Amino acid sequence: MPRPGLVLEVDRSTPPILFHHGESFRLEKLPAGRSRIVYPAEPLPALPDVTAAIDQALDQPLDSEPLAALLRPGMKLVIAFDDVSLPLPKMRRPDIRQRVIEAVLDRAAAAGVDDVRIIAALALHRRMTEPELRHAVGDRVYDAFAPDGRLYNHDAEDPDDLAFLGTTAHGEEVEINKAAAESDLLVYVNINIVSMDGGHKSTATGLASYRSIRHHHNPATMERSRSFMDRHSSELHHANWRMGQVIRDAGVKIFQIETTLNTDTFGATGPLSVLQKREWEWTTKDRLAFMGMKAGLDRLPAATRRRIFQGHEAPYGVTSVTAGAVEPVHERTLEHCFAQHLVPVEGQTDVLTMGLPYICPYNVHSIMNPILVMCLGLGYFFNMYRGRPLVREGGVLIMSHPTPWEFHPVHHPSYIDFFEEVLADTTDPKVIAERYETRYAEDEWYRHLYRTSHAYHGVHPFYMWYWGAHALAHLGSVIIVGGDVRAVRRMGFRPASTLQDALEMATDTVGPEPTVTHLHNPPIVMADVT
Amino acid sequence: MTAAGRTEATRLEGALGRVRRAGRALPRPTSALRSLDFPLRAPTVPGGVEPLPEEPRLGAAYDTAWARTPLARLGRLALLEGAVRPLVKVVADPERRGYDRLAGLDGPAIFAANHLSHLDAGLLLTSLPEPWRHRAFAGAAADYFFDGRAKATLAALALNAIPIERTKVTRRSAALAAELIEDGWSMVIFPEGGRGSDGWGQPFRAGAAFLSVRTGVPVVPVHLEGTGRILPKGTSKLVPGRTRVTFGAPLRPGPDEDMRDLSARIEAAVTALADEVAGDWWTARQRAHAGQSPPLSGPDAGAWRRAWALGDRRSHRGPARPPWPLRR
Repeated sequence: MPRPGLVLEVDRSTPPILFHHGESFRLEKLPAGRSRIVYPAEPLPALPDVTAAIDQALDQPLDSEPLAALLRPGMKLVIAFDDVSLPLPKMRRPDIRQRVIEAVLDRAAAAGVDDVRIIAALALHRRMTEPELRHAVGDRVYDAFAPDGRLYNHDAEDPDDLAFLGTTAHGEEVEINKAAAESDLLVYVNINIVSMDGGHKSTATGLASYRSIRHHHNPATMERSRSFMDRHSSELHHANWRMGQVIRDAGVKIFQIETTLNTDTFGATGPLSVLQKREWEWTTKDRLAFMGMKAGLDRLPAATRRRIFQGHEAPYGVTSVTAGAVEPVHERTLEHCFAQHLVPVEGQTDVLTMGLPYICPYNVHSIMNPILVMCLGLGYFFNMYRGRPLVREGGVLIMSHPTPWEFHPVHHPSYIDFFEEVLADTTDPKVIAERYETRYAEDEWYRHLYRTSHAYHGVHPFYMWYWGAHALAHLGSVIIVGGDVRAVRRMGFRPASTLQDALEMATDTVGPEPTVTHLHNPPIVMADVT
Repeated sequence: MTAAGRTEATRLEGALGRVRRAGRALPRPTSALRSLDFPLRAPTVPGGVEPLPEEPRLGAAYDTAWARTPLARLGRLALLEGAVRPLVKVVADPERRGYDRLAGLDGPAIFAANHLSHLDAGLLLTSLPEPWRHRAFAGAAADYFFDGRAKATLAALALNAIPIERTKVTRRSAALAAELIEDGWSMVIFPEGGRGSDGWGQPFRAGAAFLSVRTGVPVVPVHLEGTGRILPKGTSKLVPGRTRVTFGAPLRPGPDEDMRDLSARIEAAVTALADEVAGDWWTARQRAHAGQSPPLSGPDAGAWRRAWALGDRRSHRGPARPPWPLRR
């Protein structure tokens, strides 16, 4: 039986604690007597028979007829699936999306459905490459549908393939992929690696255009999403749910298939397995493996380290497959997510520390540039809470990451200009939105790169910055340990060489002897703060 | 004909004739053995004595237990990885697909494939993923692979083959196969019972299904493509080419399913895999559900139309070589 998550009070016998640090690691000693560590739960048991679970989900869906009953000859079927940003790291083959899509297609073949399109629901993310598509949907589906253009990436800037469906009561325009909007059935295949994913957000964001997404990807919405990992307290999700109503009222029939994975991120064997263990349980072999791995990594060029880590495929186990109507399916999915991720934590802390790993949703096979470091730390990790933030208002966030002043020129072209031009002017999300967003969002060159190359949309770095808006408004100070000093200062944060320096610097903001909480993530952990 | 008039060819023929004559003059090993006396040779049976009935030791009666001892397994590992795999790579250059369909498959399985060539067993055994590869045995025709001691020994050692009767129904083969499966061994079997003689497949027999129903072990349908071009039935000449091995999703016997129904499902699954290999997965699934997958046994037509429909799948054409007089 896997052990649940743990809040460890640090005392003098607590060993140094693992901090992820990009493509490397740090072992840090936390102050005894006033520190605690939030450890993730061990991976939940995987479903013993995933095929049977998929069959059961499709044949006995929630609040819906069985999938087979919704399929008929002559209909238009669209299957949309989550893009390369999920799961993180990528899943060892066969990806769960492939298994679900094959099961859906098998039923479509049995029903005599001919008109099928398969769409990567990537919103304003970069287009997936052929190997990435093959990994997600499998070679069989790719070879059957991609050559004649029936498997493709969603294009949020294609005026001929977008359909305007209406406006919500709050004035939010809803515009989504035309093929999906005009289909007789839209089957959405998702991976809910965290509780933010899924639900109406799958279609209302994944298949939407900039015109639609801008209504909830903005500083005001993000500041009122507390947190965006808790959909019932998230303005981001409220907006998506309103849009979901408009989509439904427009006659788009959605059959939602949501899946959850356990947190078996680094496996039980191999050198990375040590990253999944609690430090006092490291064996001699684990310690030797860790020291060897760290020594080797520290001597390798950054590009090689990146290639090694990006090549890692996680041996996740599938913990649930749920299908049917969007809302009941998502509620069931959230139960599975929270069962794996939530750890009860009492009270807030003065200083929150975290080690940022090598990957976030937007640098798969790419570089984690400074804006993505901010997004991962202040956006994702800070928001890994339910109830109240782990750190008190006016507290300090200390994160560890090399934060290189480095950008992937193909994937992140507008990030380069955002960093050089926008952040040099201001780091205030609201000012940034007012002053710069429209120009970047409507820039023809960025639009061209998004549509024809593998670039994120011109507006995407803005969204990454907005992702941290709640944290920026909440925190008194942000310190990055071991980061590129110029890059850290450009973002308005404070650089520190060591964690001890950072803790000392934090006392300027929160006073002497602050309480410290370390979020031991990844594997994914979410604090249920009371 | 004068010496000067002799051609190079006639001189060579003369030399070969002399070598043959010299060979005939040498003592033959068999006649040398026959000239030995008892006890150096087997005793003769006295007249009027009824000799004891000879226990059959070949064919279906061949005992293959020795081939699963640790030493034999080690030898087979060396043989498969050191000789068979490189040979298969050079001769058949296989492309292997469908391993992802085996995710979640635990324990022994019965791998049932179509059969076109002697190459199939080696190709399939070297294509099995771990953990099945080195704990697998093959069902081989008792009347073909076990009719001589040397051949039987080689089949047992290299393929971990057990003899399967295909000319009559016996319990011995099935009992041994079931016993091994229950002991954790996986089985490689060709349910057609032999290689097709015209390049097309034959109807599946129920052996794989029988074992699956009896042991509860899933059957993995496998399609082999291309071996019929490399070493078809009726020839011993290898023409290197490319092959594809496609694994299908495991089939488990239903609670009330009998072996005939399961056998039909296995044949349909291999047929659908063949269609998938020839075209694409989606079209193959559509045809499979509509019951329109092109049959493995080919069109129900005359010989020439069946040969015609094979296209280049039967082509056993090696690289063009000029005949001897023209060869340099």
